[in-house]
Amino acid sequence: MVILFAWGLYLALWASPPDYQQGDTVRIMYVHVPAAWMAMAIYAAMAVAAVIGFVWRHPLAELFVQAAAPIGAVFTAVCLVTGSFWGRPMWGAWWVWDARLTSVLILFFLYVGYIELSRSFDDPAKGLRAGAILVMAGAINLPIIKFSVEWWNTLHQPASILRMGGPLVDPSMLHPLLVMAAAYLCLFVTLVTMRLETALLQRRARQRRLARG
Amino acid sequence: MIPALLAIVRREVRLSLREGWQAATALLFFILVVMLLAFGIGPDPVLLRRVAPGALWTAALLSCLLSLDRIFAADHYDGMLDRLLASPVPAEGTALAKMLAHWLTTGLPLTVFSPAAGLLMNVPAAVMPVMVASLAIGTLLLTLVGGAMAALMAGSRRGGLTIALLTLPLYVPVLIFGAGALDKALAGKEAGHAVLFLAALLCAALPLAPLGAAAALRE
Repeated sequence: MVILFAWGLYLALWASPPDYQQGDTVRIMYVHVPAAWMAMAIYAAMAVAAVIGFVWRHPLAELFVQAAAPIGAVFTAVCLVTGSFWGRPMWGAWWVWDARLTSVLILFFLYVGYIELSRSFDDPAKGLRAGAILVMAGAINLPIIKFSVEWWNTLHQPASILRMGGPLVDPSMLHPLLVMAAAYLCLFVTLVTMRLETALLQRRARQRRLARG
Repeated sequence: MIPALLAIVRREVRLSLREGWQAATALLFFILVVMLLAFGIGPDPVLLRRVAPGALWTAALLSCLLSLDRIFAADHYDGMLDRLLASPVPAEGTALAKMLAHWLTTGLPLTVFSPAAGLLMNVPAAVMPVMVASLAIGTLLLTLVGGAMAALMAGSRRGGLTIALLTLPLYVPVLIFGAGALDKALAGKEAGHAVLFLAALLCAALPLAPLGAAAALRE
């Protein structure tokens, strides 16, 4: 993970060419775009896990949702903040009320709402289940974010990687972007595994304490 | 089953009328927020009319939010909710009846008196029908979405503010289309399809919100 990050940041900050229109500001993209991908991918994973936990009552699925939520919230915040840094020189404004930006902001509030809800019950299991319902309901926001740039005429640029007829981005820029995305994914997997381990240990410690009386 | 549901609606409405004048509180709150916004923006009639859609809808949103935690929390604490869930009436029906009662005591009076608030914001009389229609549909939508969130929170230690945090992001589409309808009507354009879009959202929420709320209540 550390190697991927070092390599990705080296490629992004030094080895890749500046954009012919945007100059060096384009480098913000290597932090911004993977963060946006992760923000959506984590929410999608949480929604799937919430369904699994709700239907089959798999205990690990609900714990995964809880473990992933703060990480997803931070990625969303990184995406919003770096997007804002990029928007200042490029669009001339820190924030525009554009469909893509607004729907990502709602995604952030969904993450925060889940964290708040899942912690507000005396019985932690009840909080997890209530949170799972919220996560499932909020999943409707994901297609809105994805297609917001196509449904509405927005300032945010449309998809340029996953599109019919191959990516529009030049390989010299696509390469560092994908390395950074892989680094982000590894970071998420590492963090979520650690958080899950901690949650399981906490649960076991509580059971021991209760068993001892 | 229908008489049982009507009985729940009747009970809820009677309770809220007797114990706290909830209907009047929500309505007064709505008018007060509109008034505060008008004070803050200043008395310029052209400017007031320009911001009227956003101001009226934000005020309606906040006043719907005000009493959401009362839908399920009070009955949860005194055990009434468990009785209702144990009765032959399905949980979905109970949830729908309680949400309808909430709308009858907050959204409906707000809609009926919204022309008064519209006058404060210098909304011309010709636009009033669109405003009343969109608010009637929109406030019911707000109650359904918020009611599902309130069901999630029933039995939690934290009350109103957490419900606001959960619910307000989900209110954004209603705000956009509601204010959009009013905006179009104010500009003299056809506002029908924005109102119809609200109605479409309502058609989706009418079965889905009680389903979600019942799933949350059964936990």
